[in-house]
Amino acid sequence: MKLSIERAALLKAVSQAQSVVERRNTIPILANVLIEAEGADASFRATDLDIEVVDKAPAQVERAGATTVSATTLHEIVRKLPDGALVTLTADSATGRLTVEAGRSNFSLATLPKEDFPVMASSEYASNFTAPAPVLRRLFDKSKFAISTEETRYYLNGVYMHVADGDGGKTLRCVATDGHRLARIDAPMPEGAGDMPGVIVPRKTVGELRKLLDDDDLKVAVSVSETKIRFATPNITLTSKVIDGTFPDYSRVIPQGNTRKMEVDASDFARAVDRVATVSSERSRAVKLQLDEDRLVLSVNAPDSGAAEEELAVAYGDERLEIGFNAKYLLEIASQVDRENAVFLFNSSGDPTLMREGNDTSAVYVVMPMRV
Amino acid sequence: MPAICKDCIAQFDPAPRCPGCGSPRVVAHPELFSLSIAHMDCDAFYASVEKRDNPALRDKPVIIGGGRRGVVSTACYIARIRGVRSAMPMFKALALCPEAVVIAPRMAAYGEASRAIKAMMQTLTPDIEPLSLDEAFLDLNGTQRLHGAPPAVLLARLIKRMKDELGLTGSIGLSHNKFLAKIASDLDKPRGFSVIGQAETQAFLNDKPVRMIWGVGASGQNALNAAGIQTFADLRRWDRKDLINRFGPQGDRLWHLARGEDYRKVSAHMPMKSISNETTFDQDTSDIETLDGHLWRMALKVADRAKAKSLAGRVVVLKLKRANHAGLSRRTTLHSATQLADTIYRTARPLLDGAKDQGPFRLIGCGITDLHPESHAGHEADLLDPGAEKRAKAERAADQIKARFGQDAIIKGRALR
Repeated sequence: MKLSIERAALLKAVSQAQSVVERRNTIPILANVLIEAEGADASFRATDLDIEVVDKAPAQVERAGATTVSATTLHEIVRKLPDGALVTLTADSATGRLTVEAGRSNFSLATLPKEDFPVMASSEYASNFTAPAPVLRRLFDKSKFAISTEETRYYLNGVYMHVADGDGGKTLRCVATDGHRLARIDAPMPEGAGDMPGVIVPRKTVGELRKLLDDDDLKVAVSVSETKIRFATPNITLTSKVIDGTFPDYSRVIPQGNTRKMEVDASDFARAVDRVATVSSERSRAVKLQLDEDRLVLSVNAPDSGAAEEELAVAYGDERLEIGFNAKYLLEIASQVDRENAVFLFNSSGDPTLMREGNDTSAVYVVMPMRV
Repeated sequence: MPAICKDCIAQFDPAPRCPGCGSPRVVAHPELFSLSIAHMDCDAFYASVEKRDNPALRDKPVIIGGGRRGVVSTACYIARIRGVRSAMPMFKALALCPEAVVIAPRMAAYGEASRAIKAMMQTLTPDIEPLSLDEAFLDLNGTQRLHGAPPAVLLARLIKRMKDELGLTGSIGLSHNKFLAKIASDLDKPRGFSVIGQAETQAFLNDKPVRMIWGVGASGQNALNAAGIQTFADLRRWDRKDLINRFGPQGDRLWHLARGEDYRKVSAHMPMKSISNETTFDQDTSDIETLDGHLWRMALKVADRAKAKSLAGRVVVLKLKRANHAGLSRRTTLHSATQLADTIYRTARPLLDGAKDQGPFRLIGCGITDLHPESHAGHEADLLDPGAEKRAKAERAADQIKARFGQDAIIKGRALR
């Protein structure tokens, strides 16, 4: 195999590959990226056996072929090469080495046979549809903060993507929760998504997927089966197993009868929460919200380290209310709001609180209060 | 050379008997009044408490321990004459001393006696470092002016008070650091009072075996023997660097200990690192119902201790020992720290389910680590588990009932398994 490729294109492909590769590996081949050269393309494939990413980049292929080489080493080399360099990769089957040449730099890397590289079995997909990158970006960006890291409830370690009945008919919905907060994000149903089985997309896949979605004009082809999900752009294909488990019935968690409504500028609110939380060093810092007639007082009282209080003008017309939350959770949901005011709907100090942006019900957040 | 009488605490110049009361129990040592680090170790503590509470046992051999598979936790001095030692398997102990009275430990009674002793020690110094219920280090440095007597006198008074007021005896080791004080307290038990002074430290240690070092067990001893180190004299011949190269960071500690040097302070507040509990079964079992019952009772005990100490743990650990003594342990990190038996049990149970095929087991243990103050414990409410908050409230209510009416006032059916 011999090919030449622009440093920028190579860096993009290799960095995607090395982020899929697990840092600690017991199977040596899984630390490698499979490079295949054919026609006018070079493809770079990496896997951790749960996720597989294939990145295609235009290249001048002198001699078709394939080999595998350490993803991190290749990434480090390419990263350190000067911008604009043309990189030549040559696999020598006699020595079992891959030569990387750019300008006057020359590297020779150990390889492993391409036959040893595990290729993810292809799957029958029950549903295929395309969705604009910004739509997918919003679905996952706004829900991923609520993904649980708890090992015991492994079925919460991802985003539940499924078809649901929304306010205006069928909707493509992403839900994530860790039992303390929940995010429910809706998007218009793409054509052909109606038969999609509900799947739990693992946390790592959500992170990898995000790298595909930066281009606003891009359409992403999504294929879903009971066990796998695939996202494909013209250059990159990301295939992932989904979490084998049942996502809990989240609908009963979302409060319907919360009537005490507070409206507040989300960024003012977030900044105030952040400021008062400074005095507490505890892991779960509790912020107390005292609401009374268009007035919100945020306070933190940490007996060991100090106390803080801040007053904020809000729109609130219900009876007095005192309720406590984990500061981190408040900050995270407040930072999801980007256009309008944040609207909080409370019931009592012990019941879950609902937050949304203005009157938009396509993104709804629920957070559990804590005793203060 | 100063001397004191252990019976009447009189101070005098050395004589074979106390000039005041005629007792032969005299301690004399050139540095007696200048040393201030002490180790107090009760004599056959559990057995002594039992004998005190039941005088009929006074002249009988008494062994504290439990179950057919259990081990001796304490043997009284009568049983020790027959060769019974602590940590000896019970069947072996009973073979040596068939007429011994075996008593299951009454931890509550020992805890109470321990607290009474600690209260007495606290009148002498705040710098007390308990090692267990029946032994503690005391740093009496700087207390002479306050109490109007040197540490040795205060310690002799402490032992006398323990005997007079609590009916319990103990031994004292007095030296210039913790390492030597602990060795000293063991030198002439029971009712001992041993002193290791600065001047004699080297000579004292020379021919002593290195297994005297706290923390050097069977495997440590093997490692040292393999390096040709049997005694402290052998150890002292080694270069400091060579010891570190061979034994790692422990090597440095060994180098200092070889010279009788130990710079650890007597610290009253050793932060607790974990809370755990374990049980050895009478018979190996793989019955999940039985294991489950044990798991729940242990979760309760762990939770009780955590609550008593106002602590909460973020990592739940399950420990199992298989019939062939191979241990296995499983752990889960929680979202936030807990001190609730319900949460500990519910977290450990799936771990048990995951390991149950490897049974039968001879031991099960459960505990929490990564401890935080209880104020750091997370909220008990869970969106997806509406029952969690109710169960937490029920547990707190049960705790209050137990506090008023006793530990057995309210239990779960699960605890009877």
